[in-house]
This record gives sequence, C-alpha cells and structure tokens, in this order.
Amino acid sequence: MRLLEWESKSLLTAAGVPVPAGEHVTDPAAAEAVARRLGRPVILKAQIPASNRHAKGGIRKADNPTDAGAAAAALLALRIDGWPVESLLVEEAVNVQTELFIGFTYDNAAKSAAMLLSRRGGSGVERRADSVHRRYFSVRDGFPAYLGREIAAAAGMRGKTLLRVGGLTAALGKLFLQLDATLLETNPLALLANGDLVVLDVHLQLDDDALFRHNDLVERFQLADRSQRPRSDFEREAAAIDAVDHRGVAGRLIPFDGDLGLLIGGGGASLTAFDAILAAGGRPANYCEIGGNPSVWKVKELTKLILRQPGVDKIAVIMNVVSNTRADLIARGVIKGVIEAGLTPEKHIVAFRVPGAWEAESRAILQRYGVPAFGRETSIDQVVQHIVEAER
Amino acid sequence: MSILVDENTTILVQGITGREASTFVAESLAYGAKIVAGVTPGKGGSSVHDVPVYDSVAQALADYRCDATIISVPPPFVLDAAEEAVDHGLPLLVIVTERVPRRDVVRLLEQADAAGARVIGPNCLGLIAPGKTRLGMAGGNAEATRRAYTPGPVGIISRSGGMTTEIASLLSQAGLGQSTAVSIGGDPIVGANALDLLPLFEADPETKALVLFVEPGGNVEERLAQRLAERPSRLPIIAFVAGRFADRIQGVRFGHAGAIVEGNKGSPAHKAAALQAAGVMVAEQLSQIPALVRKALAGEA
Repeated sequence: MRLLEWESKSLLTAAGVPVPAGEHVTDPAAAEAVARRLGRPVILKAQIPASNRHAKGGIRKADNPTDAGAAAAALLALRIDGWPVESLLVEEAVNVQTELFIGFTYDNAAKSAAMLLSRRGGSGVERRADSVHRRYFSVRDGFPAYLGREIAAAAGMRGKTLLRVGGLTAALGKLFLQLDATLLETNPLALLANGDLVVLDVHLQLDDDALFRHNDLVERFQLADRSQRPRSDFEREAAAIDAVDHRGVAGRLIPFDGDLGLLIGGGGASLTAFDAILAAGGRPANYCEIGGNPSVWKVKELTKLILRQPGVDKIAVIMNVVSNTRADLIARGVIKGVIEAGLTPEKHIVAFRVPGAWEAESRAILQRYGVPAFGRETSIDQVVQHIVEAER
Repeated sequence: MSILVDENTTILVQGITGREASTFVAESLAYGAKIVAGVTPGKGGSSVHDVPVYDSVAQALADYRCDATIISVPPPFVLDAAEEAVDHGLPLLVIVTERVPRRDVVRLLEQADAAGARVIGPNCLGLIAPGKTRLGMAGGNAEATRRAYTPGPVGIISRSGGMTTEIASLLSQAGLGQSTAVSIGGDPIVGANALDLLPLFEADPETKALVLFVEPGGNVEERLAQRLAERPSRLPIIAFVAGRFADRIQGVRFGHAGAIVEGNKGSPAHKAAALQAAGVMVAEQLSQIPALVRKALAGEA
C-alpha cells in the first residue's frame, strides 16, 4: 500500500524528520491562501500514488498566490496514469545545494532489511547504482542510532554533516520498522546551504499484511478500501462480488480486450494458462485468479460479469490439479451464470478443466449440459490448444 | 532417499485445532505422516484425530521427540510460534500460513538462521516425500495425494503451491516419480528457496533430475543461474517460467504477492534467458516437462 506524499510527510514530521512548510489542499482557493500565508514562491504537487510526477506534468511552481491558484486549478483538472488529481500538496520552494538519497527496503534474495544511501540523489538515482552505499541490518532489536552514522561515514561524510545525516537516517530506520513499511525512500533529501536537511519527496510503502497492527493509520488515512491501481468499473464489480462472502478467492479480475472469457486459478496456474492462450494466438477477455473454495453464487456472478463485456460470449474454466476446491461447485456456478446470461453451456463454455476433488460429480454435471470436460491427463496448455483449434 | 524428511520424521503441528490444520492433519495421518503432537495454547489436554494437544511446545517435546513442526496459526501469531519452535531446538519449520507481515518473516528467518533451523514457507503447501511422508497439504486428501505424487527420481521446487501438485501429476502420469516436492511459498521473502534447496537435492543419491516452477519477481533464479554457471550441478534441471507472455502487459500485478513485474529486473523473460544460458532446460509449455525430464534421465544413464 503506497501512501500519498502528504500522508507520508505527516508521518515524517511526527517522527521529527524535517519537510518543507506546506499544506494539503483540495481546491484552488485554498492553494492560493497557503501561498499567501507562506509569503514566498511555492511548489504545487499532485497527490497521486505514482512516480515521476514531474515528467508527467503533476508538479508546478508558482511565484505568487494568484499564480498558485491558477496552477492548482490546472493540476486539479488533470488525470495522471489513470488517477484523477483530487488534492495537492502546496509547499514552500527550497533552494537545494546537494540532493541526497536515503532508502530502506527488504532485499528479497538476501532475506534481509537493507538501507541505501547516495550523495548523488535526485531522479535517476537507480542508474547511478555505484554511488549507492548499501548496508544490511537486523530487524530484531529496533534500529540502533550508530548504523545511521556508519553508513554516512561509509559514504564519505564528515563532521556536522555526518552527524545530521546519520541522525536523520536513524530516525528513518526506526520509522521504517515501526510502520511495517516495505519501502521508505527519501529522494531527494535536500542539503541546504546552511547545513540543514529537508525531505523534498518521499515514497512510503506499507505492508498490506501488517495493516492489522496499524489501525490508527488505516482510520486516519482511510486505507481500508484504497486501491493500488486505478480500477475500472469491471474490477470494482468483481471486487464487490468477491466481498459478498468470504469463501474462496474469486477476485483479481483484470479486463483485456479479447473475446475469450476466463475463470482460471490459482496464481501459478493462472499465469500458465494465460501464457498458453497468448502463445497460441488466443485473445483473453480478462485475467483472473480463482482459488480456495468459492461459492456457486460467486462463480455464477463472476461468469455473468465476464460475459457482460462487449464481444465476449465464450468462457473457459482452467485450474491446476486442486486439493480442496470443489470442482462440482465451480461447474454449477459457471453453468448457472451462462444460462442466466441467456447463453447455452454447450456452446458457450468452451472448456472446463478442474481436476481433483469432486471431479466425478463435476463431470456428471458437465456431461448433462454437454460441456467439454478435461481431466489431469490433458495439461493446461493442451486444453488451451484445444480451445484455440476449435475456434478456427 | 528424500531431502529434509523421510518416513521416520516425527511431526508437531502448531495451531492444530484450527479448521485448516485439523483437515490436513487427518489427511496426512491417512497418508502415513507421523504427526505425534499438536500445540494450541489454551486447548491443552484435548486431541485432534487422536493426536494429543498441548498448551506449549515445551510440554509437547517433554512427551514426544519431534523432528519438524508445521506452523498453521493466524498471521499475527506466526512469529511467536516460530520463535517458540526455534527456541526449543526444532530443526525444521514448515509455515503454511499466508499473509504473514514481511518484518515478522525476516525476523523469524534471522532467528532460525542463528539457531541453524531451516524454514519452508510461509504461504506454502509444504513438502512431500511421496510414499513416505507429507508436511503440509500438498495433494489434498490421502487418495488424491497418492494419485498425484508417486515415488521416484525427480525433485520439484515450486513457487506456486497448486502447480507443485500439477507438475507432480504430469510427471506421475508419464511414469516419472518424485523424490521430494517442495512448495517453497509465494511470498517475496521465503525461508528455503531454489538456491538453498539445490545442494540438498544434489546430495540426495536418489534424486536424478530437478524441476523448477518459476514465477515473476525477485532475483533468486538469476542468482541460481549464476551459481550454475560458476559451478554446474550434477543434476539436470528443467524449468518452467510462468508469466512470460503475461509479462508483456505492463503495470499489472499478477499472481502471488511476490509476482510483481517491474521493468526487466525479475521479469520472466529475463529469468528464462538466464537459466537457459546456465544450461537449464527451459520448457516452453508445461506439457513438455515430462519429455525433457525423460531426455535428461536418459542422458544421465
């Protein structure tokens, strides 16, 4: 879960990490008022969970309050990477002497928390990898202050700068652990002419699986129903169907512009089936992952939703050899869905492959409706081959 | 032989009274797994499918020697359960729980490492040595498990739980049995990964070939390719890399939490190329795996 810049900066402020003076606003009049109060040139920044906002036109500078109001109006009319710009952060413009980079994340291969520091921060820091100092640290006993000084020293800092950068790094390290973040990155971190440090931009990613420990943040920033990508109506409907009952995972539907509807699962099998369809020249109407034990109702509603897309009147059901998913419930759900969509199972369910539990029951139902059923003897890609050839 | 476990492995189940655990305990006992004790704090004195339940690992270990533990407790309690197991000297932890916080996973791995314990998972189906034992729920009920998994010379390491069984089933239908199949878990950070397990399969005289199921994300497979380039394995390795075509659709998060495609790094195409360059046979389609394994075994003989 990526927090917005203003949310992240409010957490930094609370932890004693300096950020530019500014305010979060939702309309041009408020932006103008903030600029007037600050009494100096301001930067207006679109609050969307996307990177490279500058290149995408999401950041503007204004020299006076009137210009700030106009810039705010222009920004609030934008849509960037599919996100409507609904609010702005208005901050005092800062004269930067040096741009630093400090990052905290997990190195998956090393199975460890890692901190990164570069004296050549700013955009494109990932392309200056040799300037980045890296150090692994234990998550066991909090974040000791000396680690911050160590990495600052390793990066060649001395004297007051070493103490300040070291102290700020330690504060960020503590916050990273305390928030259950998976990424905390300050870039750039500005070093000013007077030696002060100010975080100009921050990227904070929280661990979705640890949100149960952070109800305060969930409430304060209303994180419960926040999506990581701009969602289409189709995806919102799929999520609503999935949320109705807790049985099985039948969500994560992503629409594509093909003609073949898909009910596929679980994670690995979905990728395998999707790959096989694209490789065989098929045109998927959607990606999805079903798993666990979804109810008949859930499968039925998802089937109808998939078949409601324009140009889609065929659906295939492909899963790996399952251990506890009831194939017969999936069969009943998809057949009901097809019938309620006004179609015939025999013609419009082009393949059904759910080998494993309750396979015999499922075969009996499928046979009654004339649906082509496949077992484990036909591998996932062979089922796909069958579908694509039947279409020709 | 098999890796990590055999028919004599005695098993503890932490969280044994949970719905999921109670199901896989019944199925595993029917399969022949030696589950000797369970732990659920507050439920000591009861039993699950005739397996005695204790309030603590210490109490269970006072009555039974346990070679391994399966952890199936809700996500907030996984770290505590793992610490309890590690502190009491259990050498093998199989964590099946999904959605465990990243910080907890890293912390429990630090502690397991320091104590010399090995961790499989989290977010996995566990491991199975066909015909000998099973730790977790790969394969479902005993009958279905015997049908999908058969004893033989092929090792399996899979990032996807469901595909562990699918691949075993493919191999078994082709008359190719398995020595040990490990569902390593779908999270970005897991205990034992393909790089860690390779030496164990290499040391097992009965394993003659290894099949990998790879998903997008991370760089373990790239590091594995590097290791193979520096030090070739005695085992022929066959890999299937999922998401190679789906890969073309940028910005979409597929599969497990770990399967995030970001640029070229960790992309399936990159992994497939790296593995191929290191001498791994990369199957273009899943159904090619048995033929490639057979070819590799013929080359071995």
